[in-house]
Order: sequence, then C-alpha cells, then structure tokens
Amino acid sequence: MYEFDIEKPSTIDEAVAALASDEAQALGGGQTLIPTLKQRLAAPGVLVSLGGIDALKGIRPEGDTLVIGAGTCHADVAADGTIPALSALAAGIGDPAVRNRGTIGGSLANNDPSACYPAGVLGLGATVVTNQREIGAGDFFTGLFETALEDGEIITAVKLPRPEAAAYVKFEQPASRFALVGVFVSRTGTEVRVAVTGASEDGVFRWTEAEAALSANFAPDALDGMSPDGDMISDIHGSAEYRAHLVAVLTKRAVAAC
Amino acid sequence: MPADGGIGAPNKRREDVRFLTGKGKYTDDLNRPGQAHVIFVRSQVAHGNLTAVNTDEAAAMPGVIRIFTGADFAEVGGLPCGWQVTDRHGEPMQEPAHPVLAQGKVRHVGDAIAAVVAETADQARDAAEAVEVEIDELPAVVDMKAALAADAPKVHDDLSSNLCYDWGFVEENKAAVEEAFANAAHVTTLELVNNRLIANPMEPRVAIGDYDAAGGDSTLYTTSQNPHVIRLLMGAFVLGIPEHKLRVVAPDVGGGFGSKIFHYAEEAFCTFAAKALERPVKWTSTRSEAFITDAHGRDHVTTIQLALDADNNFTAIRTDTHANMGAYLSTFAPSVPTWLHGTLMAGNYRTPLIYVNVKAVFTNTVPVDAYRGAGRPEATFQLERVIDKAARELGVDPIALRRQNFITEFPYATPVAVEYDTGNYVATMDKLEEIADLAGFDARRAESAAKGKLRGLGVNCYIEACGIAPSNLVGQLGARAGLYESATVRVNATGGLVVMTGSHSHGQGHETAFPQVVADMIGIDPSMVEIVHGDTANTPMGMGTYGSRSLAVGGSAMVRATEKIIAKAKKIAAHLMEAAEGDIELKDGQFSVAGTDKSVAWGDVTLAAYVPHNYPLEDIEPGLEETAFYDPANFTYPAGAYACEVEVDPDTGKVTIERFSAADDFGNIVNPMIVDGQVHGGLGQGIGQALLEHAVYDEDGQLLSGSYMDYAMPRADDVPFYTVDHSCQTPCTHNPLGVKGCGEAGAIGSPPAVVNAVVDALRSAGHDVTHIDMPLSPHRVWQAMQA
Ligand SMILES: Cc1cc2nc3c(=O)[nH]c(=O)nc-3n(C[C@H](O)[C@H](O)[C@H](O)COP(=O)(O)OP(=O)(O)OC[C@H]3O[C@@H](n4cnc5c(N)ncnc54)[C@H](O)[C@@H]3O)c2cc1C
Repeated sequence: MYEFDIEKPSTIDEAVAALASDEAQALGGGQTLIPTLKQRLAAPGVLVSLGGIDALKGIRPEGDTLVIGAGTCHADVAADGTIPALSALAAGIGDPAVRNRGTIGGSLANNDPSACYPAGVLGLGATVVTNQREIGAGDFFTGLFETALEDGEIITAVKLPRPEAAAYVKFEQPASRFALVGVFVSRTGTEVRVAVTGASEDGVFRWTEAEAALSANFAPDALDGMSPDGDMISDIHGSAEYRAHLVAVLTKRAVAAC
Repeated sequence: MPADGGIGAPNKRREDVRFLTGKGKYTDDLNRPGQAHVIFVRSQVAHGNLTAVNTDEAAAMPGVIRIFTGADFAEVGGLPCGWQVTDRHGEPMQEPAHPVLAQGKVRHVGDAIAAVVAETADQARDAAEAVEVEIDELPAVVDMKAALAADAPKVHDDLSSNLCYDWGFVEENKAAVEEAFANAAHVTTLELVNNRLIANPMEPRVAIGDYDAAGGDSTLYTTSQNPHVIRLLMGAFVLGIPEHKLRVVAPDVGGGFGSKIFHYAEEAFCTFAAKALERPVKWTSTRSEAFITDAHGRDHVTTIQLALDADNNFTAIRTDTHANMGAYLSTFAPSVPTWLHGTLMAGNYRTPLIYVNVKAVFTNTVPVDAYRGAGRPEATFQLERVIDKAARELGVDPIALRRQNFITEFPYATPVAVEYDTGNYVATMDKLEEIADLAGFDARRAESAAKGKLRGLGVNCYIEACGIAPSNLVGQLGARAGLYESATVRVNATGGLVVMTGSHSHGQGHETAFPQVVADMIGIDPSMVEIVHGDTANTPMGMGTYGSRSLAVGGSAMVRATEKIIAKAKKIAAHLMEAAEGDIELKDGQFSVAGTDKSVAWGDVTLAAYVPHNYPLEDIEPGLEETAFYDPANFTYPAGAYACEVEVDPDTGKVTIERFSAADDFGNIVNPMIVDGQVHGGLGQGIGQALLEHAVYDEDGQLLSGSYMDYAMPRADDVPFYTVDHSCQTPCTHNPLGVKGCGEAGAIGSPPAVVNAVVDALRSAGHDVTHIDMPLSPHRVWQAMQA
C-alpha cells in the first residue's frame, strides 16, 4: 500500500464534500479496493470511508419497491428475503468475511464484469440513487468497470421493484468463484427481464431476444436453440463459445427456478 | 489401540495446540534486533538482455541502506544443482549458471534483478519502484517442443541449445522394447499432459540473514524442509562459508509440499547482505511473489505406449516425455523426471520390458522441481491412464486387466532398476472393492441419471518409491548428496528424553509420531520424549523431510540410536542389580533380571548415568546420549488402489466428486490418525491437480494464473468425505520399523482415478472420449463432449 489519509464522515453531505478533492476515493466495504491498494494498483491520497454513515444503511420496503441503502452489506441483503432471488444472489457472493464487509453500493460502483449484483439490479429493472440523481439500471452500467457515476458522485441507495418471480443462477469460475456466467431472470406479468453477467466483453447486459421469447412463453424450452449474440469473454477459464452456451443453459435453469 | 500411546496409537498431534491457537513460531514471526528489510526488483518480462540498472534515484530515498545489483554478485557463486543426470550418450546434462541476482540477462518473469535494503519493508518497496531497469526484450520460449527447434531463442546463450538432457532408461533395453512392440498383439497409445502446478503452501517463504561480526558467524533463518542441506549448499557453493561458521534455522514451517526443499536465491542474498551490512536482513515473500519465484511442479508432456500379447498380458512399455526445467535448474530438478519417474514405470505390474525417454527442456518460465510425489505422480498418471484406455480398446474390465498383470511374488526386480521388497496388490484391490462398494455402482449410476447427471467410476493402482534413499545407489545415479538420516537421543538424568533429528516437520506431526516410536521401545509414556529439529546448531547432520522419508529413514535412525541407549542402559542396570548384562530385560520402563524379581526403574538407571556414584566407570562412560546415522538399504514401496466416482453435469461440463475411496498399504503404522490426515491431504492435492489447478503461461512467458483469482486451489467443498483404509499391511523388510511412508500416496494415486472416472462418465453417455487433459475444468469437459 501507499500511504493515504482516511476521512470518516457521518453524513452523506460530509462524504460528498470530502470526495470533492481529486485525490479522494470512496471506501465502501473495502473488499475490492483494499486488495487493489495492497497491490499498489491504486494510490488515492484520501480514502473517504462510507462505513460510518447511517443514512446509507438498511433495507426498507416502499410500496412495491425495496430500497436498499448503498452501504448495506451482502450478509444483510442475504438475510432479508423480501426478494428471495436477490437474497440468494447476495448469499452466494464470496465468503462470510466478504459478505459481512462488502456492500451493494461498492459492488455496483465497481461494476466488475464478473460480479453478481449488476445482474440482479439490471434484471430487476432497479434504479440507482445517488447524491445527485436517480439512474435507471439500463443507463447505469456503461462497460467493463465503467458506470454513469461522475467524479465525486456516490451511490446512496438502490430501489428494486419486487417482481412476481425471479431467480439468479450463477456458474462459478473455479478459482475466484465470481460468476464465470451468471443469469438473473425476473418476471412481472408478461414483462420478462434477463440480465447476464460474466459473459460479455461489454459487461452486464440484457439478453433481449430471450426476453422476447420468454414474454411469449415463460418456459425453459422457449429458449431452445437460442444463444446470445455479441462478443463474449474468452480466457483461461472458458472460451467465448462456452460462455455463450452457458448463458443459454443458465437462463433456462433460472426460468425453471422462477 | 495400544494403551500406552506407543506405536499404533492415534495420539492427537501435540503440535496442533500451538498451531491451532496461533502460537506457532514461523520464520516471519522472528525479528532480529536492528533488522533491515529487503525487497527484490524482479523482471516483468520473460526474456531479455539487461542493458542498465540505474539505482541513483532509489538509493537517495528515505530509509534506503543499500541497493545490490548483479554487479555485487559477479564474484559470488551461483545456486548449485544437487543432481547431475547423465544423458543417453553418456554425457553430463547441460548445467547453466544460476546467479543470485541476474547477470546481464533475465530469463523468467520474477527473475531477481536488484535488491533494495532499507530500514522498513515499505521504504524498500518504495525505493524498489524507483530503480530504473532497462531490458532489451527477447522472444520468449515457453512451449517445450518449440524450445527444441533449431532456430529457437536460447534461454542460456552459453549452452548449445535449450535441451538440458536427453535421457534414456533403460537404454540397453531399447532394441528389445522395439521388438516387443513389433510383435505385440495390441498397442495402446496415449498422449497426455501432466499439468504445471504451484505448491502454494499456506506460509510463504521467508529468509532472515544475520551476522555476528565479533565471531564471524552467519545465521540464516528460513522456511525450509531441510536446513542442513541449505547450510551445505549455500555455505559450500554460493557464499563460501564453512559449516562451523554457518547456522541454518527453520522454525515451524507452514507447509512446503516440496517447494521448501530447494535452496533459493533469497536465502543466499539475505545471508550475504547481512554480512556486507553487518545487520540482519529480512525478506518475506508476498503471495504474488510466491507465484513467480517458488519452484513449480510437474509440467510433463508425454506419449506412452503399452504393448500387450494376445492374452492381454503387458509385454512392453515405451514412453516419450518432455519435462520442463524452467529457466534454471532448481536444486533437485533433474532427478524428478528421471530417477524419480523412470524407475516407477513398472507400477504394480509385470511388464518385462520398459523404455523411458525424457527430454528436459529449458524455457523462460519459473524453475520446476519436486512437488508432492515428484516424478511418481507423473509415472502413475501415464501408466494408469494408458491401462484404462487399453482395457476399453480391448473391451475388457479395467480392474480385471490390472489384476491379471499384477506382480504377485516378492521381492520383485522390475526392469527399471528397482526391486520391490514386499507388497500385496491383490489384497489392496480386494479391500478397495469392498470399501468403495463397487458392487453398488450401477445403482448409484442410475440414481445420478435420474437427476440428469452422468456418473462415472475410475479405479487405479499406484506404487511409489519412498524412504529415499540408499546413498550409494543415488550416488551412482548422479545425486551430489547422501540420503541417510540421523538422530541423537539424549536421555536426561531424570529419565526424560530429547531426540534431535535431522529431518524436519513442515506440518506432518513429527513431534507426535516420533516420540511414539522411542517411547514404545523403552516402554515409557510418549510425553517423556521431546523432539528437536530444524536447527543445524543442535541437531546432527541430516537430509531433511521429503519423499515420504522421515519415518522410514529418520525414524529408523531413532530406532538405532535408541537401541544403543537401551544397550548402554542395560549395562548400567546390570551393574546396579549385580547381574549379568545378558540377563537384563527391559519392559514397560522397568529393567529386570530374567528369572528373578529384581528390577530397577528406567529413571534409576538414567539417574545413575548422570550421578555415577555407583557406576561401572571402568567399563563405560557416564551419561546417556547416543547418535545414529541410518542409511536405508532400499527404497520403500507403498502401494494401493483408489476408486473415484464422479458426477458430470452434461449441460455445463462441471465435475463433482461424489465418492473417493483409498486402500493403501503403508506397511506398519505408527499413528493411524496422522496417516489418515496425510492421505486426506494428498487426495485433496491430487483432486486439485485433476480438476482445478493449472499454472498457465501465455506465449510471451507471462503467468496468466498468477493469483488466486485465476489459480484454482481446492477448497473443502471441492472434495468429498473420503473412505480411507490402511489395514492391508505388508511391512517393509529392510527398515527396523517395517514402515513405508504415506505422505505422497494420495497425491500420486488420485489424479488418474479422477480422470478415469470422468472419461467413464462421458463414455457412458455415448461420447467417444478417450482422454481429457488435466485440469478437468468444466470448460474442458464440455469441449470434450462437443467433439
Ligand atoms: C474473496 C472475494 C470473493 C468475492 N466474490 C464475489 C462474488 O462471487 N460475486 C461478486 O459480485 N462479488 C464478489 N466479490 C466482490 C465483493 O462483492 C465486493 O464487496 C464488492 O465488489 C465491492 O464492494 P465493497 O463495499 O467492498 O467496495 P470497495 O471495495 O470499498 O469499493 C469498490 C469501489 O467502489 C467504490 N465505492 C464504494 N462504495 C461506493 C458508493 N457508495 N458510491 C460510489 N462508489 C463507491 C470505491 O471507491 C471503489 O472504487 C468478492 C470479493 C472478495 C474479496
């Protein structure tokens, strides 16, 4: 690690003020950022810890929507159960230590192409709330490790509509156990969303052809013979072809589990 | 279970109390007064000419004490290789220099270029980033076969090629083997890769050099499986320090699996720098550094052929292997693909003719050396895979084919130079069939099918050569060391014992098992025996722990030393009881005179030895301390049969291990609980190799699997509950304990069982698959199903 200063604001406004400096970076649960710092791959002058801000924590229903504070850890989401598929997704992240430190806000801001939450948030058609605005999930994720967040903007909460049915199926990369491919499917009425993580060179995406097919017939065999287009990731854990195949397999399994 | 906690008792591991409560003392826990820290500047490219190393800016940074570069080591010896292999033509292997810091050229990612010593590790790290290194990059050689092409870039410019040696074994058999193949009724051929692995012990490597200017004494604290060997190699070949001026201490060692056998540049550097600076110098490897500096394992590419006659008897085996040495020769690297591999190619079978050809190749990768099993897993994997393939081609049951060809009479001289003293392969296979419930397999396969899963069964045998090794034999084979072991047994006045051994535990439970042996011989409680190891200052010269040798060789030395103790104690007892020495019996810690009710206790005798008031001083010296060196007469040959059942998800290719059963013959057992643990650990590593682990380089020599994000270690949920049995016991005939060694068996025997099982599963679903290279990742299994 390089040396850095740490700020521990207790309100969102203080945090935003502290983040105004060029050198500053938000610290959520630190499960991604701290390893990066340890390897000297990042050198922020100031870390602004969001961990002491009560307004960022907690899970509460608002009508048909579930509002999760950005600083809520994975373990709390796992225990909540209001949207079982989302809780199951959170329960499948990392290990207990990671789940008790890592936050939904940190995961979304990081937008790792193999992370689970982006699929859940996109697959539920959620809205990301920041200190400045509300951003629809479709506009929030803009590419590998890229989001619509501006410098100094922080996520404060996520608003997730409760679906009639949903499921997340993750196929683990053998070493990291992040998603080699993960598919989140939700259905409300005839509206079906299929969000895929881990597979695409462009990061999390909606598989719209599958959504159309499933809207007409919400059954695994509606997807027979289909596989996603676009550039899939190819690496030592799986070829692009294999990932495309897994997307189809996992989507069927998610539909079956809905 | 013996009531006295002696040989055969499953005593709990006494060292675990400190290990499990965080009180172990590892090298990194040691800090010497006034200690400085070193960080190495390492090559980020695989191959290149080093044109400039500018340290000016870095040297001026806070806390920097001195920066060393290759120039400081121009006159210092390189790291020696401990084994010289002679090639097919009688020529010695090509042996390149292995400098402590790079001399003009870098040869793998991680090669050390400079070393920054500073007051703190962070200051050293900051300054290391400011060292300016200029490298003219050269094309890297990564693939072994490409490395042998005539126009391939050379890893070492002063060698004639990238070929270390071309070894043939048994060369005299070559023509007869060819003839047997020409006459064979059936020949099965299999090409396979034994995947490159990284040992990844829990504790990364650490070295602390210390120097006492007043006496001119150097001390190295290091994470080592064999401190005496490090003292010899580093003292004699690298730094020129005589052994009486060099002490090597390896305190608790947190796993090694072979990777901590070898002498590494960082050890020599810290010892050298401590003297140059007259300050202790400490280095602690990061995990990232471990991936690119710890010796890797395996990495063989092989074609094996098995010839059979019309009755399915094995008539000949022929293999052609390329073995990766990496960029330099690590300490024992040349021995692994040759004498630890070729000699095992007979396996458990009567095959009259065998010819093994091994080409060892230099590449721009981390050096490769012994890793749990070392050569023997590679041999077992080839043999057991090709037998499985032959059985399928011939349409016979793979177990029946094995049974038909088993060696059944012992001693058995193989055609590959070794003689098995004892074994009973029929018994271990019978035991396996029972504990694995092979009769119930079809029902379990049907259950899996009902869940949409493909179930497969893989069975195989293994043999290994442990308890290494007879010194005169390995000397003929090129070892530059003897492979005896030593023990000093010191009995204290009040009857307690301290046993000082040259072997060294890196997690095996020596502090528990060894006292069982000594205490059993005397008939006292094992708690009266303490083990001292890991420090050249207070243990006799020994060769360390690897090759499942510590009990078979080190334990035998303890037996010999304890026999001397008992012989002397009997003399003292005879004197105390005024009886003839020949009439003295020792039982349960009591010396008695045969046929009388006279007796004295162990403690009375030990006290007399140290308070020799009433003592036969004219016949024997006071004191009770004896040393023995034990040089084994032969290797030991543990063997067994393993069965693995897998389920394969036909949609994703994911393999899960549903059952794993191991029937091993380790000869006599000193502590069955420790043996269970050793087998469990070995199986975990073998399953890791078969399903998960893979060190992957790209064509530029960058390690793609350089962290746990991409290098898959087995975790608890990757392995099943094991069924292990070691009730088949054919005791070793040539060591006094009748033990054979159990540390590597699991890692040797399990990979072929897993692969055999997956191939069986896929074939059961009609896929015409004959082999899949390890690791059997979901991706690879899925690809095999697409073919
Ligand atoms: C061993 C291990 C296994 C893991 N496995 C998985 C897995 O299977 N699936 C998975 O999805 N993830 C996995 N993760 C990642 C984990 O979920 C992280 O917790 C998460 O990616 C980052 O969240 P964090 O709160 O720790 O953020 P941090 O590491 O603190 O920060 C990450 C980034 O987000 C920024 N940031 C943090 N909070 C905010 C905010 N509120 N607003 C704006 N920016 C913010 C930071 O500045 C930083 O750039 C794993 C991590 C580890 C260590």
